[in-house]
Amino acid sequence: MSAPVIFDRSREEIEEEANGDVFDIEIGVSDPEKVGDGMNAYMAYRVTTKTSLSMFSKSEFSVKRRFSDFLGLHSKLASKYLHVGYIVPPAPEKSIVGMTKVKVGKEDSSSTEFVEKRRAALERYLQRTVKHPTLLQDPDLRQFLESSELPRAVNTQALSGAGILRMVNKAADAVNKMTIKMNESDAWFEEKQQQFENLDQQLRKLHASVEALVCHRKELSANTAAFAKSAAMLGNSEDHTALSRALSQLAEVEEKIDQLHQEQAFADFYMFSELLSDYIRLIAAVKGVFDHRMKCWQKWEDAQLTLLKKRETEAKMMVANKPDKIQQAKNEIREWEAKVQQGERDFEQISKTIRKEVGRFEKERVKDFKTVIIKYLESLVQTQQQLIKYWEAFLPEAKAIA
Amino acid sequence: MTKEEFTKMKQELEAEYLAIFKKTVAMHEVFLCRVAAHPILRKDLNFHVFLEYNQDLSVRGKNKKEKLEDFFKNMVKSADGVIVSGVKDVDDFFEHERTFLLEYHNRVKDASAKSDRMTRSHKSAADDYNRIGSSLYALGTQDSTDICKFFLKVSELFDKTRKIEARVSADEDLKLSDLLKYYLRESQAAKDLLYRRSRSLVDYENANKALDKARAKNKDVLQAETSQQLCCQKFEKISESAKQELIDFKTRRVAAFRKNLVELAELELKHAKGNLQLLQNCLAVFNGDT
Repeated sequence: MSAPVIFDRSREEIEEEANGDVFDIEIGVSDPEKVGDGMNAYMAYRVTTKTSLSMFSKSEFSVKRRFSDFLGLHSKLASKYLHVGYIVPPAPEKSIVGMTKVKVGKEDSSSTEFVEKRRAALERYLQRTVKHPTLLQDPDLRQFLESSELPRAVNTQALSGAGILRMVNKAADAVNKMTIKMNESDAWFEEKQQQFENLDQQLRKLHASVEALVCHRKELSANTAAFAKSAAMLGNSEDHTALSRALSQLAEVEEKIDQLHQEQAFADFYMFSELLSDYIRLIAAVKGVFDHRMKCWQKWEDAQLTLLKKRETEAKMMVANKPDKIQQAKNEIREWEAKVQQGERDFEQISKTIRKEVGRFEKERVKDFKTVIIKYLESLVQTQQQLIKYWEAFLPEAKAIA
Repeated sequence: MTKEEFTKMKQELEAEYLAIFKKTVAMHEVFLCRVAAHPILRKDLNFHVFLEYNQDLSVRGKNKKEKLEDFFKNMVKSADGVIVSGVKDVDDFFEHERTFLLEYHNRVKDASAKSDRMTRSHKSAADDYNRIGSSLYALGTQDSTDICKFFLKVSELFDKTRKIEARVSADEDLKLSDLLKYYLRESQAAKDLLYRRSRSLVDYENANKALDKARAKNKDVLQAETSQQLCCQKFEKISESAKQELIDFKTRRVAAFRKNLVELAELELKHAKGNLQLLQNCLAVFNGDT
C-alpha cells in the first residue's frame, strides 16, 4: 500500500507576485531500500527531480539519499537563511524507536508503516523547500538534488526538526526572559505574532482530534474484520439454508467494509493529520523567525547604547584632557557608529524579508489547506460510493431469505 | 462553554436519548409480540392485566433475598445441566437440536460481542467528527478571509456528516447488535428448555428403575407405579411442547433475521446516499469557487 499522492504529479505552476518567477519543478521521494545490516543499517530513498528550469543540467534526474542527508540539507539552509528572516521549512522528525525497528530487521507492518510515513514526509519536505524561490537558488539545495555523491552530514543530532524546534523554543524563552521591551513601531508584527499564536493553538487542537479519528477508524476496521469472521462462523452453524447463505454474504460485505475503513484511515492520516502536523512545525519556524527579528533589534539597541557610552567616555576624556585616550575614544565611536548603522540596516532588512515571507507563507497555507482538504473530502466520497455498492449488492441477498 | 458549544452538546444529548429510546421501544415491542403470538402464553392473565389495566401497575423489583435465591437456583441448574447432558437422547430430533443449539449459542454469543464492539467504534469515530467540526469552526472564526470561510464550510460539513455517522452507528446497534443479543438469550432459553426435558427424561428413567426395584422387592409398588406414570406423562408432554417450541424458534429466528438484515441494508444505503449527497454538494461549492 502506498500513500496517496498528496500534491499533483502534473506540472505545478505557481506565480511569484514579487518578481514574476514561474515554478516548474516537481520532486518525488520513492523506493525506500535498506542498506547494510544491524545497527549500522539505514534506509536509502530515491529522490527524483523533474524540471524545465535552466539552472539544472538535466530535465529529469534522480539520486539516492539517506535521512541524515535531509537533516544535513536542512541544517545548512537554516544556518544561512533563518536568522535573516526566511521561513525555512523544517525537516521531518527523527525517531529512534522507529528506525531501530527497521534496523533490527523487523519486517512487520509497523516498520513498513513507519518507512512509508517517513518517505511521504521527506517528499513533502522537499516539495515545500523547492517552492521557496530563494531557497531554490541555493547551491546546497541543488547539490542535494543533483550530486550522485554527497558528503556525509555529521552532527545532525541537534539539527533535526525536533532539534530546531527545541532551539527555537529556547530562544523564544530566552527572549521572553530578557524582557525585551521592544518599541514596536510596526503594529503589523505584533498583530501577526498574535495571529500565529492563535493559529498554532487551533491547529494543535484540530490535530489531536484528527489523530483520535485515525485511531478510532483503525479500531473500527479491526472490529469489523473480527465481526466478519464471527458472522461467517454463525452462518456456518445456521441450519436454515437461505439464512445461512445470507449470513455468509453479510460476512463478506463486512470484510470488504473493513478494507474500506483501512483505506479511509490511511487517507485520514496521510492527508489530514500529516498536513496539520507539518503546519504546526512550520508555524514554529515562523515564530522562530519573529524571534530572530527581536534579537536583531536587541543587537541594534545594544549597539546604540554602547555608542552612547563611548560618546560619554569621549566627553570625560576631553574634560580630563588625556589626548591619547581621546583618540582611542574617537576610534571606538567611529567603530560603533558603523555598528549602529549596520544594526539598523539589518533590522530593516529582516523586517522587510519577514513581511514578504509571511505574505508568501499565508498564500501557500491557503492553497495547501484547500487542496489537501478537498482531496480528503474526495476520499470520503469514494468510501461512501463503495459502501453504496456493497449494500446494494447485499440487499437482494437479505430479501431472498425465505 | 460558549453558546454554540452548549447548543451542540444539547443536540448531541437529545440525539443520543432518541437513539436509546428507539432501541428500548423496539425491544419491548418484540417481547410483547412474542408473548401475544404464543398459543399458551397469550392466554395468561398477567399478560391481559399488563395490556389492559389503565393505571399504574406498581411492579416490585426483586429484593435481595429473591436475587440470592435466583443465584443459587442458577448454580444448581448449571451443575445439574452438566450431569443431565451426559444422557444421550434416543430421539434424533432432540439430539440434533441439542448439538445445533450448543454450537449456535456459542457463535451467536461471539457475534453479538463483536457486533457491539464494532458499533461502539463507529460511535467513537462519529464523536471525533464532532470535535473536528468544532475545531474547524474555531479556525474559521479567526477572521473573515477566504480560508476562514472555507474552514466554516468544512466545519458545517463535518457537523452534518457526523449526525449521519451517529445514526449509522445507532441503526447498526438496533438492527444487528440487538438482534444478535436477542437470539443469544433466545438460544439460551431454548437450551434451558432442552435441559428441562432432559431433566424430566432422567426423572422418568429413574422412576422406571425405582418401579423395577419395587416390583422385585414387592414393596410400595403402587406408589412407584403412580410416580412412574406421572414422570412419563410429564416427559411426553414436555417433549411434545418442546418440539413445537423449537420448530417455532427456527421459524421466528429466520423471520427476525430476514426482517432485520433487510432493514439494516436499507438503512445503511439510505445513510450512505445521504452522506454522499452532502459531500458532493460541499465539493461542488468548493470546486466552483477555485
